[in-house]
Amino acid sequence: MKADPKGVLTGEHYLDGDHACAEGAIAAGCRFLAGYPITPSTEMAERISERFPYVGGIFIQMEDELGSMAAVVGAAWGGAKSMTVTSGPGFSLMMENIGLAAMMEIPCVIVNVQRGGPSTGLPTLPGQADMMQARWGSHGDYEIIAISPNSPQECFEVVIEAANLSEKYRVPVLVMTDECVGHMTEKVVIPKADEIEIYPRRYTKLSPSEYLPFKPEKDLVPEMVKAGDGYKIHVTGLTHDEKGYPVMSWEAQEKLVRRLVEKIRLNADKIVHTEEIDMEDAEVVVLSYGISSRVAIPAIQKARKEGIKVGQFRLIIVWPFPEKKVRELARKIKSFVVVEMNYGQMFYEVERCAAGNCPTILVPHGGGWVHDPEDIYRAIKEAAK
Amino acid sequence: MKVVEAVEVAEHPMESILRMDRIPHIWCPTCGIGTTVTSFADALERTEMPLEKICVVSGIGCTGRVAGYIKLDSFHSTHGRPIPFATGLKLANPQLKVVVFSGDGDLVGIGGNHFIHAARRNIDMVVICVNNFIYAMTGGQVAATTPLTANTSTSPYGNFEQPFNLPHLAASCGAVYVARWTALHVRRLAKSMAEALNKKGFSFIEIICPCSTIYARRNRLGDGLSLMQFYHDNSVIKHGANTAELDIEFQKRIIVGKFVDRERPTFLDSYNDWLKQVLKDKFVPYGGANAH
Repeated sequence: MKADPKGVLTGEHYLDGDHACAEGAIAAGCRFLAGYPITPSTEMAERISERFPYVGGIFIQMEDELGSMAAVVGAAWGGAKSMTVTSGPGFSLMMENIGLAAMMEIPCVIVNVQRGGPSTGLPTLPGQADMMQARWGSHGDYEIIAISPNSPQECFEVVIEAANLSEKYRVPVLVMTDECVGHMTEKVVIPKADEIEIYPRRYTKLSPSEYLPFKPEKDLVPEMVKAGDGYKIHVTGLTHDEKGYPVMSWEAQEKLVRRLVEKIRLNADKIVHTEEIDMEDAEVVVLSYGISSRVAIPAIQKARKEGIKVGQFRLIIVWPFPEKKVRELARKIKSFVVVEMNYGQMFYEVERCAAGNCPTILVPHGGGWVHDPEDIYRAIKEAAK
Repeated sequence: MKVVEAVEVAEHPMESILRMDRIPHIWCPTCGIGTTVTSFADALERTEMPLEKICVVSGIGCTGRVAGYIKLDSFHSTHGRPIPFATGLKLANPQLKVVVFSGDGDLVGIGGNHFIHAARRNIDMVVICVNNFIYAMTGGQVAATTPLTANTSTSPYGNFEQPFNLPHLAASCGAVYVARWTALHVRRLAKSMAEALNKKGFSFIEIICPCSTIYARRNRLGDGLSLMQFYHDNSVIKHGANTAELDIEFQKRIIVGKFVDRERPTFLDSYNDWLKQVLKDKFVPYGGANAH
């Protein structure tokens, strides 16, 4: 289906990434957002609180991020397309109920405008060090989807993509932006509503007597209902059967956890989203995401001018990791150069998938500022040797 | 050997609201939680609200299991978070009547922050707190409600922390309906639950509940029946009592009754009224956030 035109600010705008995320949320049909103020993500909540009264939405500033994420899960069962937004310390608090969302198979979007950490770290400065936390930050085994935009324009677009994927796979989707992208102001073109594709909630057509809340369809995703429709469902954070009832056995655990993991892993080829620039003849591949992918551009251009065959491979969807593609590349290129604002997170995924077929060089950065393109350039030179 | 013929068992009177396919429940013999569920079933029968519009949200703990046995849309959330979960549920679909049914450790221990803020905002929900003075499911640790001097597994020499006075806490934070009963007061409790279900705004009912397996055993208070006898002999009904005077001391009298019943605009009413005043015709009143 297409987006509701009432919420879509069609036209050209000059927006920062946080505001663009807010417009993406509204265009995607989000009308419930629960959040707690935290730098550098607050602008998204501010814009939502200003815009929702005009589009029939409700924003609630909760008492903390534990409550925000719990409210997001509750709101989804009430029928809302629900979202929240936060940064590092708040993201840590949300982990508890991100796990609940994974377990209850809740479509929802969590925007994390990453800042420097650990702990309070650098509230006003960028980081990209929550990437592994995004994947498995809550306890137990599960899979999520995570997307990393590198511009305000892409913030708008990936929040819609995140909402759609969350509905399609009934899974929390994390938008892993960063302080630079969040606070960077650029032109954002918002298309017409009828050009924005919306994936509707997978509501069941079965009657209450036929319906089982956690019986999967062929793609391993169960259909949903909402509270108040007479289905009298029971859902729990405990390990449960297809009826939603708790079952404390290893067999039930195996069946459920395996499906929660496989519904993403087996569909990974359909989910992955990457961008490739100058890759046709590339011998050195710079792999990055978010703001680091933009900082890498001058380094790549400089190396190209010098005749080094270097290309850029950018992760837009970071989880699930584009494993197949990276394996294929590793067999034909000379080297990967991974640029990220941490001391090795996605790097280890690249190295794992390269599986010794080519070296993987990390250009790390502790956060707080972006890389010096010269450091990336030197790594490219090294890789090309 | 004499073979006893199977006899047909009469339908359980609460079958319409219980998930009979989940019975037997996990609660200990003489635990009071089942009694509170009976009163709740009674209250549901009294209310004219359609049952499919009533939801139950629980957290974690012994009372946290209530959601699993009630045949309504029922949600077993995380520890301490049933109130924010219910807040999201209610705001997403304001036509729902949302009941949070959980324990003292869940609602005012780990979930205390959510409790005070939901009361302050006057989110339209009923919060039923079964208070057994202890973290029972984990084996009997000291709680924010444990009376002074009572013995628990993590206060083995007696509790020295001042416990919460829950009706006072709820009333101070803005709850529009506040009552306390014991698990013995089944009819009065059911009446209060029915009143709370029909009330708009944040309603709070505390139920003092026997935990004979852990709390009573550790404190040598006898069996479940002895506790019910204790409630019978020591409960004093004082409707409208000053909530500041409702502290519970170890094995002393328990003041019960309906203490608060007042009107205050709910979170959503305030939102819609205020934004209408400020933004006038540009405001799109909020009536629900259904995803399509």
